[in-house]
Amino acid sequence: MHISMNFIKFIVKRAITLYIIVVISIYITIVVANMGGLVDNFIKSQLLLDIKYRVKRDPEYRYLPPAEQQKIIDKIYDLELEKRGLKTPFLIRSFIYLKDALTLDLGRALQITSDSGSRQVKNIILERLPQTVLLFTTAMIINFFLRLFIGLYLSRHHGSFLDKFFMALSPTSVIPGWFYGLFLILTFYTWLHVLPPGGLVDVPPPKDPIQYGLSVLKHMILPLSSWIISGFFLGCYSTRTFFLIFSTEDYVEVAKAKGLPPRLIERRYILKPTLPPIITSFALGLIGSWGGAIITETVFNWPGLGLVTYQAINSFDTPVLVGITVIYAYLLALTVLILDIIYGIVDPRIKVGYR
Amino acid sequence: MIYLSTVGAEYSIKGIAKEILSYKSGVIGIAILLFLIFLSIYTVITIPYDQAIRMWRGEDRMWIENPRNAVPIWYKYIFGKNIPENIAIDSRDFGKKLGIVKVISDIPGTNFKKLYIEFTFTYPYDDFPSEINVFFFAKYNMNAPLLYIYWIKPNNRKIELLSYIVRSPREDILYLSINPVIGNKLQNYIEKTVGEESEVFIPVEMALFAVEDRTLLSSLTAKPLNGVYKVIIEGMLFEKDADIDVRLVVYGKAWGMFGTDDLRRDLLIPILWGTPVAISFGLSASLLISIIHLIIAVASGWYGKWVDSLIQRLTEIYMIIPFLSFLILIATFYKLNIVIILMIIIVLNIFGGGIKSTRALVMQIKNYPYIEAALAYGASSRRIIFLYIIPKILPPMVPGLISSVPGFVFLEAGLSFLGLGDPYLPTWGKVINDAFTGGAMYKGYYYWVLEPSLMLILTALAFAFLGFALDRIVNPKLKEM
Repeated sequence: MHISMNFIKFIVKRAITLYIIVVISIYITIVVANMGGLVDNFIKSQLLLDIKYRVKRDPEYRYLPPAEQQKIIDKIYDLELEKRGLKTPFLIRSFIYLKDALTLDLGRALQITSDSGSRQVKNIILERLPQTVLLFTTAMIINFFLRLFIGLYLSRHHGSFLDKFFMALSPTSVIPGWFYGLFLILTFYTWLHVLPPGGLVDVPPPKDPIQYGLSVLKHMILPLSSWIISGFFLGCYSTRTFFLIFSTEDYVEVAKAKGLPPRLIERRYILKPTLPPIITSFALGLIGSWGGAIITETVFNWPGLGLVTYQAINSFDTPVLVGITVIYAYLLALTVLILDIIYGIVDPRIKVGYR
Repeated sequence: MIYLSTVGAEYSIKGIAKEILSYKSGVIGIAILLFLIFLSIYTVITIPYDQAIRMWRGEDRMWIENPRNAVPIWYKYIFGKNIPENIAIDSRDFGKKLGIVKVISDIPGTNFKKLYIEFTFTYPYDDFPSEINVFFFAKYNMNAPLLYIYWIKPNNRKIELLSYIVRSPREDILYLSINPVIGNKLQNYIEKTVGEESEVFIPVEMALFAVEDRTLLSSLTAKPLNGVYKVIIEGMLFEKDADIDVRLVVYGKAWGMFGTDDLRRDLLIPILWGTPVAISFGLSASLLISIIHLIIAVASGWYGKWVDSLIQRLTEIYMIIPFLSFLILIATFYKLNIVIILMIIIVLNIFGGGIKSTRALVMQIKNYPYIEAALAYGASSRRIIFLYIIPKILPPMVPGLISSVPGFVFLEAGLSFLGLGDPYLPTWGKVINDAFTGGAMYKGYYYWVLEPSLMLILTALAFAFLGFALDRIVNPKLKEM
């Protein structure tokens, strides 16, 4: 395989562009997540209140005259500001944050602690990520194969009753997964009492690992189904339309005229050229899903990144928010770059373009 | 996916309407949409904005006579069960309605007066009431009236509930169901009648309305006793000008067409008001974002070069930024009203995904002969963009515009579900949030979740169906597939 200099140049250029994009997005995230410095005031006033309360209740200071107390409060407050770096103006600090974020030094959370009690943003994210990946990656993979196979089947039998049925039901996909979740909970928990309404495992968690796994599986059924149902009909229908469009290409007609067996045509002339865009959207969707789904995880009380994002927002825990975005941005940029490289190598048209 | 083959097609409003109606999904979409628009207009006229907000906040205890978490009245037809409805009897209606007696007689030689009020009502329902309250409207200066309240069941047993001194000359409420004195008295009464001790506390409204046998000892077996009930209030008024009126409310378990929530509010208000909010929010978000995307895509496609690459990079930056997190963050911080939420959504969508396909379209049109001709006779860029390009790419954009409405409707509902919607407006998402936090999922208040949900689904499907039909009209190639 020959890879031209131009192609390498293209990839390097692309990598640099993507990195700049990541930098800018993270900076925007930092500014927005701090509300342009407004969150500082919020933290400061809370800090002052905390210190006041602490000093007023401390037996050592309690009986001092108010002026003395105030002096002590001011001193502690000043020290605390210094310690937390809140004395530097936000503009300068935002760039320090940016440097830390880009070097993956995610720092400490303000409020949220991980289940093991750590305040490190890294630990919080690492603790929640597996749950999110478990739930949404499973959903993505199931969705991918369901849509691929059903789409293929429908394109083979287009015009049949089943095809029309899928077409007629495809508008149901405008309803988001979390909304289907509400109905699933109503049906399988409230009404039939067969499945739990949310959470990760039974309380208390089973000791036996097999029992534990089964319990997690049981809790996954509803959130998983909500995400599968939501995109099901439209997903299958658009995959099928996509295949149909490609099956009207001239080279498919030629293959048919040559008398090649339909299965072979399907595999070689329809599936092969359509797979790259399908895989692209799958890869991007997969990375996207790792950000967690805030509303779905809230509905099902699923302890993933979406729920932690929501908790972070509610307690104005900017380090956690920025941390999640940073990881997400890096993953996304990396995926895009890898896809670019793969296509550059695999797709002759692109390779020729850069020769 | 947009096909250029159709770009040159002619469109007239009449023709489009005819075409839309030739699709089943188009007919359904239009029908639902017309219904929703009619409902919106009706709502805004009958319950003006200010009034809706006042009602939703429940000012002046306006909902005090509604039962909590009552199901809709039509439930009885579905379940074939006579679900109790509110029974309200007011001594001020004496002489106007049957079943009410009020007599005040002077006690000679004193300033005192004797009071006798008797309420008679039939109780035909298959279940117990949810709550019983007595409202007193007394008139006195110094000495509050003293009242004795008796309850007579259809089996003619007379129970003395309690003696009561009115606490305030304005309005005074005796919460019968949670009054511990009455509770204990009834417990003793039941145990004596049944001849067995009860292991659990028997709710007041159950004790007052149940068949008095062993079944009463468990809330699972207790049966309501149908028939004529009497409530007698005897009392003394200690002043010459003193007077008192009594209103007895036996709260049902069904109320109105839509039921009530845990704060006794009529769900009719948010169900109705959610309609104009959802439709106008979804449509304006979709419309404004489409227009902005159109402008950006045309600029990107027409001017090319650095403008194009700048816009391309910006869309890539927007791809990474966590859109929903930002929206939630800003909404949490500022407690925004719905117009500001709308504007933030628009700003966060400026460089969204829709630009790419429109840009590709512009690039193709750019090379058409008639554009070259226009360039040749010296037409300005502005003229070409507004007269020759935009009119051509508008029609293929319409289905996308309509189909993206549900997304914004659900976005608003999702925000409200997280408790971040407009703080005043009664919306569907807010009702779902109330239901979720109010334990509707655990206690089985289906109507509370289902009513707003079905409205949301109806709205979403209307736009989805319409968009679907429009898509087929604008892209005839889809028709064959």
